[in-house]
Amino acid sequence: MTKRKVNIIGAGLAGLSASIHLAQQNVPSRLISLQPSERAQSVMAEGGINAAINTMGENDEPLNHYNDTLKGGAFLADENAVWSLTQNAPHIVEWLCSLGVPFNMKGNTLVLRNFGGQKKKRTAYSKSSTGKILMSALIDEARKYEAQGLIKRYPHHQLTEFIINDEVCEGVKITDLYTGNTGKLYGAVIVCTGGMNSLFPEMTTGTAVNTGDVTAQAFSQGVALANLEFIQYHPTTAAIPGKRMLISEAARGEGGRLFIYKDNKPFYFMEEKYPELGNLMPRDVVSREMAALGEQVYLDMTGIDSEVWKSRLFDLQEECIRLLGKDPQKEYIKVSPGIHYFMGGIDVDEQHRTNLSGLYAAGECACQYHGANRLGGNSMLGAIYGGSVAANMAADYVKTVDYKDSEWTENNSCNLLYDYAVNDEIAEIMKNALGIFRDKQTLEKAVSDLEAKAGAKMMTDVFANRYLLVKAMLLSALNREESRGAHTRTDFPEKDDEHFRKTTVVKCSGFDITLSMRDIAERRAD
Amino acid sequence: MKYALKILRRKSAADTPVWKSYEFETELESVTVATALSLINKSLSDKIMWDCSCLQKKCGACAMVINGRPALACDTRLSELKGEITVEPLRKFPVIQDLVVDRTILYQNLEAINAWLNGNANASEKQNEMLYEASRCLQCGCCLEICPNFYSGGNFFGMSSMVPVARLLEELPREEEKELRRKYQKHIYSGCGKSLACRDICPAKIDMEKLLVNSNAITLWKYLLRK
Repeated sequence: MTKRKVNIIGAGLAGLSASIHLAQQNVPSRLISLQPSERAQSVMAEGGINAAINTMGENDEPLNHYNDTLKGGAFLADENAVWSLTQNAPHIVEWLCSLGVPFNMKGNTLVLRNFGGQKKKRTAYSKSSTGKILMSALIDEARKYEAQGLIKRYPHHQLTEFIINDEVCEGVKITDLYTGNTGKLYGAVIVCTGGMNSLFPEMTTGTAVNTGDVTAQAFSQGVALANLEFIQYHPTTAAIPGKRMLISEAARGEGGRLFIYKDNKPFYFMEEKYPELGNLMPRDVVSREMAALGEQVYLDMTGIDSEVWKSRLFDLQEECIRLLGKDPQKEYIKVSPGIHYFMGGIDVDEQHRTNLSGLYAAGECACQYHGANRLGGNSMLGAIYGGSVAANMAADYVKTVDYKDSEWTENNSCNLLYDYAVNDEIAEIMKNALGIFRDKQTLEKAVSDLEAKAGAKMMTDVFANRYLLVKAMLLSALNREESRGAHTRTDFPEKDDEHFRKTTVVKCSGFDITLSMRDIAERRAD
Repeated sequence: MKYALKILRRKSAADTPVWKSYEFETELESVTVATALSLINKSLSDKIMWDCSCLQKKCGACAMVINGRPALACDTRLSELKGEITVEPLRKFPVIQDLVVDRTILYQNLEAINAWLNGNANASEKQNEMLYEASRCLQCGCCLEICPNFYSGGNFFGMSSMVPVARLLEELPREEEKELRRKYQKHIYSGCGKSLACRDICPAKIDMEKLLVNSNAITLWKYLLRK
């Protein structure tokens, strides 16, 4: 076998997709993650995966998917990247079928469901546990290549540093959390580490392990990040111990309705204001409407047919009963927006390349496809497709590069203290400043609070990195003096295409952060 | 409200385990063992190590033995527990530290039993329910903990291998079944004593019996009848 020259960090959908696509080309890789794939945030994705395969007699085609994705993202996404994504979506779903994913079917045809921001049924699904079911199939597929030696797993390993020389990424330093042994693994690197959820404890639907620390480390070592101000608040979440539980958009896709009480009667505010898409407006719109009401919003799922509960939403019903103590088929559920997805992240081009040679990023940790707001059903698609694109690029790149052998240093004392506990002080600052509604005064105060906190702290590596990442988020939000997608400034309520239909790019050198705006790539002629 | 937990702690595998008691107070209405561990850790410098990820029983990370039974910490409410609350690591896997165990054997067994598809999947809508059920395993290890027949390194791989394999047996084209079928007989069928304690303990409530009966039929009975 040829030498192992690609390191993938993160073993969720994007990481698995990258490792499998490399293995298909006979390129061996290392799959490095804090926990095994079964624990990745991808298993929590519920609603489905979008592809314009037109099985519902609605004359759907990838062009519609392309237009909806750009519009849903408030025209901030890379048009060429979205074009490739949406053109390839049907092939991705076809591939998943060949791996045996039990999507809901009717006869031999895939059933698609309605999802937010899309007028046609386009979302393939497995009840409301699509992420878990996709992951099981991809894990088995990766295992086939593990048995052949093409994929080598490093679970319970943490990235501590990128090995970078002259703007070229040459590998990673990692620590085995079980033994404390440290390794230098040379090769190209694909970062697939997901969102930055645990920077927002109690406020997010994500996992405790998605710390954003790899993104923060990359940033501190000169990797550019983009669009950090765009944080998606999912409209229908409910508080459970330690976090927020997601009630899938599928609940509204299948007929769930949002309301508030007005004169003791249900008032269906989304249906009143947006007659066409109603409860299925894009997530940024629904969350903003809910936040603006300032009242308790309820999700009414009692009108959903019992057959639909059984065949499509069974697991959601069970979860509501178990975790919220309410049967959604019989009772209304109190919901409010919760942090769900990060549209921004590591700045990548259409081919998932970062500003450093030999370094790629895919999945939620990368800023790609979703612009200012992600459509439901596009995250798993973006992760799987992005992983495949990054894999192809990395495979090509390593052909001409010769890497040193791995070096390991034994330590033999377990080193489990990876920092699950997030800095609560940082979280408190973020919570106030990076909510659904933002303004200059609050953002500026947050920056100065953060600087004061940082000044008073011993700047350990992890804290210093997080401090820089959070500061970059705040500065990005402060700089974008307009309202677009998931970023709403009460002091700049209008969209300003002339100045801000651009990508925010942040870079860091030492403790200095520089920010610039880059034009959006227009769609090339074929 | 005030709560007390006894936790079995050790710094490393070589360390002698010691029960330590912790108390905490909270206003929260619904307190799970996972919440309790987070709250206790907030004021502790010598933090209790435990694995967690999703905190809503979708990932299987936080499996541990609570009041003598394997369960997910995020799915166990203190109000549902009777008497003194004890928390210890799963016992069938090597302990790394405190409540963290090394569950590598789960993945080694899945590789040893050839848990993957070689050709394209071959299933139809009729099999969807079965495939869905068999895709839900969290690989948490609770079923192995409770199983009277499983031990780490033994010939019997337990239900954490049976469940993913049940999906593959349904999907495999007949001509490709042979190797997986042979290994299934060796590592699942011949070792399972059908206590079905696994079915009762599974945090994902996977219908083990249904999958087991189906897989036994595919690997054994249908095959014998075909002969």
